[in-house]
Amino acid sequence: MTRHIVATVDEIAPGTCKIVTVKGREIGVFHINNEFFALINRCPHQGAQLCRGALLSRLESPGPGEYSLTRQGEMLRCPWHCWEFDVRTGQSWCDPDSVHARTFAVEVEPGEKLAKGPFEAETVPVSVEQNYVVITV
Amino acid sequence: MCKIVIPASVRPIDCDVHLAVPNTRALLPYLDDYWREHIIRRGIDGDNLELSAYPPNAPLNCRPDWRPQQGLPGSQFEQLRDHVLEPFQPRFVICNVLHGSQIMFSEDLSAALCRAINNWIAAEWLDRDPRLRASIVVPAHSPELAVAEIERRADDRRFVQVLMLAMTEMPLGRRQHWPIYQAAEHLDLPIGIHAGSSFRHPPSALGWSSYYLEDYVSQAPGFSGVLNSLVTEGVFNKFPRLKVVLIESGVSWLPAHFWRINKTWRGVRSETPWVDRVPSEIIREHVRLTVQPFDDPPDKALVQTILDEIGSDEMLLFSTDYPHWHFEGTDAIPPGLPSDVLTKILADNALATYARLN
Repeated sequence: MTRHIVATVDEIAPGTCKIVTVKGREIGVFHINNEFFALINRCPHQGAQLCRGALLSRLESPGPGEYSLTRQGEMLRCPWHCWEFDVRTGQSWCDPDSVHARTFAVEVEPGEKLAKGPFEAETVPVSVEQNYVVITV
Repeated sequence: MCKIVIPASVRPIDCDVHLAVPNTRALLPYLDDYWREHIIRRGIDGDNLELSAYPPNAPLNCRPDWRPQQGLPGSQFEQLRDHVLEPFQPRFVICNVLHGSQIMFSEDLSAALCRAINNWIAAEWLDRDPRLRASIVVPAHSPELAVAEIERRADDRRFVQVLMLAMTEMPLGRRQHWPIYQAAEHLDLPIGIHAGSSFRHPPSALGWSSYYLEDYVSQAPGFSGVLNSLVTEGVFNKFPRLKVVLIESGVSWLPAHFWRINKTWRGVRSETPWVDRVPSEIIREHVRLTVQPFDDPPDKALVQTILDEIGSDEMLLFSTDYPHWHFEGTDAIPPGLPSDVLTKILADNALATYARLN
């Protein structure tokens, strides 16, 4: 497992995603409610570019006609068949035990710490003044 | 082909036997004064008010050797005794009356006739033999009056179920029907949904059919629609103890239905978020099906495959569907059912479904 610097914090606006390629894999790095998450950009169902899908709230219901939204923007909906995935765990809503998208550890680190290196497959040049998103793949 | 007989040690529970109101005059003693005179005044006491879903002369609707010389099949106790009670030695028989009373435009007339039929069932049938049980006939399109009739009859525990028809004016899951389900759940009465239509709306999603064949075959997709409606409207969320028995629905369409509803639910479940688990699980928990007619495959070994795909040995209930013509002699058990499942189908599953049989 290697750590990879994939973006500056400012580069990924809240509620959006940057897709990076690390070790030949496309990975979507999300900025949601001041947290960062990384998921493989491939739906486990039929291989669609999962991270191009919409970010939605978690929708549940205590009973018919009752609608409850929680965890705003933390569910990723595949653009092909609308299966929903939890960005924190990669678990699908419909079959969480057996259908899940791979997730990767994400950290935010200051450049002065990272500049010591070495790192692999960095997609952004590092300066000591900024904070960076680092994923482990 | 090896025939399966009912094991001597098992007294089956026949979950679908049809009684026929011999004619509307037979109901006059069971109507109150107003409705008795109403029917005589209108001259409809000479009309049998049958459901057009079951034309009495259609061959399917009575096995030839069960057809009486006079009167309607299933209209006399002696016929039922000779054709069902003696040959099958059932522990219980659940009697279902299909009648125009269930779908009259006038809700009051509908309710009055349903009351009369339920009274007639109790007096002329249930009192004749301790093995007989019955479904409560209700004006389902008038939930308030249907609930009143369910509550009126519920003290008599020989009434074990509420009877509805599969294809009526409104899909059965719609909230309009919920008072009926609430009363049924509260009173330990499963909802029996029988093939049939009220025929003042197209009986299929394609509109009006031209021939009886189309109409009869359309019942199975009709039942599929019933399950869709019950699940998506959230009936089983709202009434978690409710059981539904599909009667005369056929069986082998169910795995295909499971596949389609499960698959589609994954992508569109957000529209009905109360459907919070895979629909086939909900259906397995709440829904039962009677086994006549059993649309069995030509290769009997595939019956096991169908059961595997259904994924439960608790869903099927034995029935003869008397006097409808699905089998000869006493060969009421569909071929290919494995013996371990058969015991459950013959009696255990019915006892688990109908609280009032225990």
